Amino acid sequence: MAGGAPSGGSSASDTYAPTRHWLLAPSWFVLGFFTLAPILIMLVYSFLTKEFRGGVIWEPTLAAYDQFFFDRGLFGDADPTLQWTYISIFWRSIWQAGVATILSLLIGFPTAYFIATRPEKSRALWVFLITIPYWVNLLIRTVSMKFLMRDEGPLNDFLMNIGLIDAPLHMINTNFAVQMGLFYSYLPFMVLPIYASVERYNFTMSEAAADLYASKFQTLRRIVLPAVKPGVIAGCILVFVPSLGAFLAPDLLGGAKNFMIGSLIEEQFKGNAGNWPFGAAASMILLTMVMTILLVFAGQQRRAGQDT
Amino acid sequence: MSAFNDVKTYTGFRFITLLCVFILYAPLLVVTVYSFNASTSITVWEGLSLRWYVDVFVGPESAKFKQAAVNSFSIAFIAATIATAIATAAATAIVRGGLFRARGVSLGLITLPIMVPEIVLAVATLIFFNSIGFDRGFMTILVAHIAFCIPFAYLPIQARMQGIEDTYEHAAMDLYATKWQAFRRILMPLMMPGIISGFLLAFIVSLDDFIITNFVKGAGIETLPTAIFGSVKQGLKPNIMAISTMLLGLSVVMVTISYFVSKSDNTK
Repeated sequence: MAGGAPSGGSSASDTYAPTRHWLLAPSWFVLGFFTLAPILIMLVYSFLTKEFRGGVIWEPTLAAYDQFFFDRGLFGDADPTLQWTYISIFWRSIWQAGVATILSLLIGFPTAYFIATRPEKSRALWVFLITIPYWVNLLIRTVSMKFLMRDEGPLNDFLMNIGLIDAPLHMINTNFAVQMGLFYSYLPFMVLPIYASVERYNFTMSEAAADLYASKFQTLRRIVLPAVKPGVIAGCILVFVPSLGAFLAPDLLGGAKNFMIGSLIEEQFKGNAGNWPFGAAASMILLTMVMTILLVFAGQQRRAGQDT
Repeated sequence: MSAFNDVKTYTGFRFITLLCVFILYAPLLVVTVYSFNASTSITVWEGLSLRWYVDVFVGPESAKFKQAAVNSFSIAFIAATIATAIATAAATAIVRGGLFRARGVSLGLITLPIMVPEIVLAVATLIFFNSIGFDRGFMTILVAHIAFCIPFAYLPIQARMQGIEDTYEHAAMDLYATKWQAFRRILMPLMMPGIISGFLLAFIVSLDDFIITNFVKGAGIETLPTAIFGSVKQGLKPNIMAISTMLLGLSVVMVTISYFVSKSDNTK
């Protein structure tokens, strides 16, 4: 096929085609066994009966999903009504993740745009500067946010010193703290894809718009934004998706009153509730939501790719 | 030219960028500064001291942290090594294996651990080990880490390999090198920057992991993140600041190495 022709490292290179299945076998084995199979077993578990000490009894039932959506009274014989407890936890997670995404976009877009318009040499350094915090342990970053936002923490000290507030603001264990924690955790994910889009943007289009008397804001909204939209959407997904299933930020910054999906799931396996099928069902619902978002996005990207 | 630049730049964007960098680094700097605090309280500043660093190594909790560090680093090293080897083989098949039917599916499988939310992966892995009756401990953590490290090792290796033209291997094979020799002597040295940065990223990802480890670790064993989490749950203490600062420094050093290695171009 491609033979000896230089193919620029494209996917058509086939030097190792005869051995490709052997080369892939280890990854198939490890990921098939320890990632894909567990997810399928989890799906099965979500349809099993709960065992009170944690674990399951092998009797198929829809009880876990039923418990998620419906309230059948204390003895399970009342007429089913919608159960808001878990739906509202999911709703709160979507809200918190959404706020974190919007905050990240407000800071991340101008940052990405600014970096992409720097001279070529300094761009890599800026990107590197944005990337470093992402590679610092998420637990440590969340702990530092907790430290910073405590009632007697440095942030309150600072605000009181500059005279902005008189008494310490109570930030920890509030929804606001969780939003800040998620925003802080995933902000680099917003900057990088937008940066990649803006870097490919042809700035002569902005110039053309200016020549045709578009204001700077009009140029940004009508010309730049549509052109870099794929990057903006990718950034939003990269912040929203991990925020949705986050555990550390809601657990360490939110406290017991600001439960999110991650804590709800964790409690089924680690805490006292100990309902494995229910935890598996909640995980499946979360996984379905995330996969739907990713599939819609992938479809959009494919269409965008065909357009150009 | 200056008119062109005016079209490009927006007032305020520079300020927001500096704000962004400030937001990203301020919490880390604050923790670093407070890790050198002489006071036993995390609130009051009483001057510079290394006492909490000493405390980490010889203090009352030092045995726990040492064991956790040994576990964390050995798991990270073994998991990253195995994941990098698996990822290198997989990247060779995907980038140099021509077009074949299982290609898309394989790529999907390799990137699966980054697509699935971490908490879901944690639940699935716990249920899996439980259903096959595998006792939780060092081995379960290690196996789980190998699996989720693969995509992180894979991506830089694939990116690197795509940038290398296959003319080099073909030249070697025209000179009667076997495929293995062409791989070992030509392709692998050219891929080395990708392999090193893949290994380092996998190592950091393994070292950082809390959620999956917390689910599959079992009762008797701790890694650094689970030990730190357990300690933080009982209240913030200055020795945690010191450990955090050391881990933070390590991450920064490793990412910096990875950055410079992947930037170095030895194909020219």
